[in-house]
This record gives sequence, C-alpha cells and structure tokens, in this order.
Amino acid sequence: MASLIGYYSLIIGFSISFLIIFFSIKNLSKSKLDNKIIFSVFFQFFFVSLSFLGLVQSFISSDFSNETVFNHSHTTVPTFYKISGAWGNHEGSLLLWLLVLTLFIFLFLLRSNDQPKKYRILTLLFQQIIIVGFFVFLIKTSSPFNYIFPIPNEGLGLNPILQDPALAIHPPILYLGYVGSSIIFSSALAAVVTNYISSSWAKHIKKWILTSWIFLTLGILLGSIWAYYELGWGGFWFWDPVENVSLMPWLALITLLHCTLVLEKKQILTSWVVILSIATFTLSMCGTFLVRSGILNSVHTFANDPERGLYILIFLFILVFLSIFIFLFFYKSEKTTTNSFFWLSKETSILINNWFMMYFLSVVLIGTTYPIFLEVLSSEKISVGPPFYNKLIIPFLVPFLLAMAIGPKLKWIKSELENKLNLILFLIISLLLSTFIIRNLDINFLINTILVTSAFYLFLITLKDFFSKKFKNLSQNLAHFSFSLLILSILFNNFLSTEIITNLKINETYENDALKINFEGIEQRDEQNFKAIIGKFVIEHNGGQTDIMQPELRIYNQPNIITSEADIKTTLYKDKFMTMNSVQNQEYFNIRYQVKPFMIWIWLSTFLISLSGLIGFFKKRYEN
Amino acid sequence: MYGRKVKLRFFFIILVLITLILSVFLILKSLEENVVYFKSPSDIKTLSETNKNKIRVGGMVKKNSISIKEKKLNFIITDFENEINVSYSGAVPNLFSEGKGVVAEGYLKDKSFFLATKILAKHDENYMPPEVKAALEEK
Repeated sequence: MASLIGYYSLIIGFSISFLIIFFSIKNLSKSKLDNKIIFSVFFQFFFVSLSFLGLVQSFISSDFSNETVFNHSHTTVPTFYKISGAWGNHEGSLLLWLLVLTLFIFLFLLRSNDQPKKYRILTLLFQQIIIVGFFVFLIKTSSPFNYIFPIPNEGLGLNPILQDPALAIHPPILYLGYVGSSIIFSSALAAVVTNYISSSWAKHIKKWILTSWIFLTLGILLGSIWAYYELGWGGFWFWDPVENVSLMPWLALITLLHCTLVLEKKQILTSWVVILSIATFTLSMCGTFLVRSGILNSVHTFANDPERGLYILIFLFILVFLSIFIFLFFYKSEKTTTNSFFWLSKETSILINNWFMMYFLSVVLIGTTYPIFLEVLSSEKISVGPPFYNKLIIPFLVPFLLAMAIGPKLKWIKSELENKLNLILFLIISLLLSTFIIRNLDINFLINTILVTSAFYLFLITLKDFFSKKFKNLSQNLAHFSFSLLILSILFNNFLSTEIITNLKINETYENDALKINFEGIEQRDEQNFKAIIGKFVIEHNGGQTDIMQPELRIYNQPNIITSEADIKTTLYKDKFMTMNSVQNQEYFNIRYQVKPFMIWIWLSTFLISLSGLIGFFKKRYEN
Repeated sequence: MYGRKVKLRFFFIILVLITLILSVFLILKSLEENVVYFKSPSDIKTLSETNKNKIRVGGMVKKNSISIKEKKLNFIITDFENEINVSYSGAVPNLFSEGKGVVAEGYLKDKSFFLATKILAKHDENYMPPEVKAALEEK
C-alpha cells in the first residue's frame, strides 16, 4: 500500500515538472512571479516527500513485496535501522537526492523575493532540468518501488556495517550538502543568462554556498567518525576514492565561498565565480557517478550497477555541455575596468587561497580518476594510496597555512601590513615552540618542525585575534582557528599514535616494555538481530594504571556477517582503541590495541569549522 | 607600447600557465612513484623479475590454508591456476576467511612468497573486488 502511494506520488511529482516548466516559460515575459509557480513547486516537493515517506513506511512495515525493502531489510532489524535502510541503498538514496533537489528549489523561491524575477524563473528552469533528469533516472533505471511476486516471507537483511547511528544520519546530511550545490549551479547559470553576476548576486548566493558547505562538512565528519570506530582501522581518513569524491566538492565550495567575497566587494572575478559554481555541482555529480557506477575500486562501494553509471555519465555530459554553452553564449565580461590587483591586498590573498585550493583539488581529482583512465588505456590495474596524497599535499600546506594567517589581516584594494613586528614575533614564538616539541619526538626534525611551526603560527595569530578583534569577523576567525586546530591535532595524532597488533588465545598475555595485555576471556550475549561475543582484556601499564577494554564481535543473523565493534576510551588527551577479530577455524583472536592522541580534537575542530559557517550564515554583514 | 592592463593580464596568464604546468608535472611524477599495481598470482608467475615495489595481490584464500602463530598469519592466495604463499602480521579484517576473496598489499620476496603489510577489508559479504572478479573470470 505504502509502496503504491510512493510510486504514484513519484509519477505525479514527475508530471508536475512539466507543469512548472510550462508555467515558468509562460511567465518569463511577465513582470511578476506567478503564484501558480510557487504552488506547483511546493506540490512537487510535497509529492516527492510523500513518495519518500511511502518508501520509509514500506521499510518500517517490512513490506517485502517491495523489491528494495526485500533486498535491504529484515524483520529482525531494529526499527531505527529499518528507517535508515530506506536511504542506505542505491534506489532509496537517489529518491533522497530528488527530495533534496525539490526541497532546495522550493526554499530558494521562498527566500529570493528580493531578487529579479527573471533570474528566479530561470534558476527554477535550470533546476527543473536537473530534477527531470533525476526523475527519469529514478523511474527508468532504479525505481525504489518495484514489485515482486510471490511475496517473500523474509528480506535479505541490511548490511550490518550500515547499522550504526552515525551512518544512519550520514547520507541525509551529506546529501543536503552535495545536492545543495545544485542550486548554486542553477542560479549561476540563470545569473549568467540575465547578466546578473554582481555584488548583490554574490551576497545572495553566499548563503546558499554556506548552507551546502556546512552540511557537507558535517556529512564528511559523520562519515569519518563512523569509519574510525566501525571499520576498526583506527584511522579517520584513508584517501579512499569514495572519501575523495566528497572532499572535491568541499574544496570547490570553500574556494567559491572565498571568491564570492571578492565578487561582493569588488565586482571582479565574475567568470571565475561562474566556473566554480558549475564545477562544484559537476563534481558532486561526478561523485555520484563514480560511487554509483562501481567503476571505482573502493572498499566503501556498496550496491552499484554499470548501466546506471552510464546514464549518470550521459546526464552529466548534457549538463556540462549545457553550462559551457550558456557560459560562452551569454556571458558578458565584467563592466568595471578596475580589475587590476595590487600585490598586497585582501583580494590577492584570496586569489592565493584559490590557487592552493585548485592545486589540492587537482591532486585529489587526478589521484582518484587516474586509475580509471589507466585501466581503460592499458588494462593495468592500480591503486593510489595515502603516500601519493601526503607527498603532494603536505609540502604545500606550509605556505597555505601561513597565507591563512596573514591573508585576513589585509585590507581590500591596497593594503599595508600592519604590526609587522607582531607577525614576526609570533613566527618566532611558534618556531621556538615547535622546535622544542619536535626535538623530543623521534621523527624527521626539519620537515616536521616547519610544518608544525606554520600550524602553530596560524593557531596563535587567530587565537590572538579573538581577543584583539573582539567579535568582528568571528566566523572567518573561528574557521581559520579551527582549521589550525584540525591540522595540529592531525599532526600530533600522527606523531604520537602507537599500535600493538598481535594474536592471542584466551588467557594468554602479551607483554612489551610499556604494558601488558591479559586476555581474560569472552562472554556471549544475544541481541535482536545479532549475537555478540565480548572479549575482556585487562591492560596493565607500567605506571601501575590498568584499563579494562571490551571489544566486541557481532555475528549478524541476516546477512550472516561478522563485524567488530571497537572499544574506545576517550579522554581529552587521547583515545584508547581496541578491536578484536576472530580468525576462521583458529583458537587465536587477532587483537589490535591503539593509543591515538587528540582524536577528539579532530572531531571537535571539524565541528567548529562547520559552526563557523553557521555563524557566518546568521550574521548580517561580514565585512565592514 | 601596450597598456598597463594588457601587460598585467599577460603576466597573469603566464603565471597561471606556469603553475599549471608545474603542478601537473609534479602530480604525474609522484603518481609514477606512488601507484600500487594489482597482480593476480598468475601475473606474478609470469613476471620476469621481482622488484622491490609495493604491490597488491588479489584472489581467493585457499581452503585450509590459514595457519596462525603468535605474530604471524600464513595463508595462500589462489586464482585457481597459480597460488602464492602469504605471510602477514597485522590486523585481520572481519571478512577475511577461507574461500573468500582477499586483497593483500605488500612486497614480493620471490615469485612464490609474498610479505603482506596490509589486508584490505571489504564491507559486503557478496562484494568482490573488481580485480578479483576479473582475475577469476579470466579463468
């Protein structure tokens, strides 16, 4: 029943698209926006939501006549995960895409009353092109409401690794960011056509960029936290292709955000802003294509299907060609003649930011897609791992961090560096501080000192600014401060992490010169849809302190998969992290014990970064 | 001669081109050094020489081949035509078991012995790394 409602709502939503397009074209020459348009956009959003709720309801009631539910659910799955299972698969997640697309255009129309009418209508039209594309994709290749007969008694179950609170809300949050960039794409195109790329457009679109960026940041954060405790590797970023495709739009968005500041202030860089707006959404689409087509060899790849990939690819090409065409055909170069840059000014420093960002973006893009091209060209199969990214990104982080510290101090148009003495003083302090710390660690002295110095520099300068600037530019200051905090936490986390991996039988003890791990035993517990085996380990540190760690193995009933749940003891200084794995037909358990300093600061600083975006969102004026 | 604006623009374009060329060169150069090639046990048999580069070996874990000691885990990767012995000390992913697909990353000692530094986890019991699938389908 719910599936039927879902299916027909989807069809109705699709037909409304044509109604909207018809109304909009008719309305183009009129002076006022027709209310019919806003109503039909609302109804489209309403029916897509209804369709989505229909799918969720089918999941809740375990309606196995629905193929998607059958493939991804089971009666014993807890209700919360039945609900999140609705978007934890290909079909459902695309329906979520569509839902966010329609939600954003509806919000856009509501919140853009002060904008030119023609621009609003055109944005709506471009957004409808994307929406229609996704409707067709969804209905034709991946309908979430396919019917199966005879109706199975039981579903195939939800991948246990997805049965986790962080990952349950990860897709909706991530999608709000990912798909949110569609509105930037549509309105940039509309602004090009109406020749409205201006300071008032920049002011208006900035909010949308921020919205997308905040959600994308939070989405990546959630995914990262999940990977940390669920995958049992104790890391938070693996440079896996699936992670990279979310990082790329993030980098593009943050570049775009900085650029619109320049556009708002000086009416320059207009073409660059348009290109970035188009690139952001294209990268989001590419991400969807790469993840959904299964072309990428990623450990995170869940359900995928090459045919669907082909469709997204074609659609992607249409959108890219359309936007290039519109850009070349309609774009008029900037009217102002003051496009000269003085070398020391805020806009130059933002341009420097852009250059670095574009460099980081190309590194990630090439690293992610190179294996695909190589395989097509030479059928050689390769993978690109962390060393590639580390080597190319870390050296450039140093000037990047320094620029981040000094850039915001500059004024628009033409500037002098004030308080030069102060800036140099802080550099010396950070240099001394990092030399002192790094000397006591057993790591490469020169490289790491330089790296840590630049991070400390940004940290101290932004920290000082909290006091000296009071609440002026709070969001910018907080963002840069949190970024330095993030880099520092990551660096020290890398320097100081320790790890013990060993195989133990029950009642055996592992010993080294710092600690002793006693494997005291295991106990079993039955849960709703899995059986838990909980290990008990007593860790005696040399200082006399003891910890009890209880990592867990979960044996799920359907599908029959074992997952391991790490036991993590978190403090402000460090995480103690332990996982246990059984090895088939063996008495030994594979044990991994890690001490990871400053883990919580990595999460906290990323959270602060998105919070700074939120502050920026609610602040009326950024710059004086 | 030319106006200040033209000069500035010219200078700007040159700067962009130079950085572009430099960064592409840099990226491609380190790609060459840092990629990890994927081989099946049969590919390894046909290698003319074993070098010291890191590679990935994929295939199935042979039935009854896992043996474990305190530090070391030994098993055999097979593509049903050739096989290779793997020695590993490190964390084992959940879905590592006999008769299932596996990808090990590490270094070749010789053509029949592989020293793994990492075994890659997969999230889905039905999921098989495309490389493994391709290697098996070739059979």
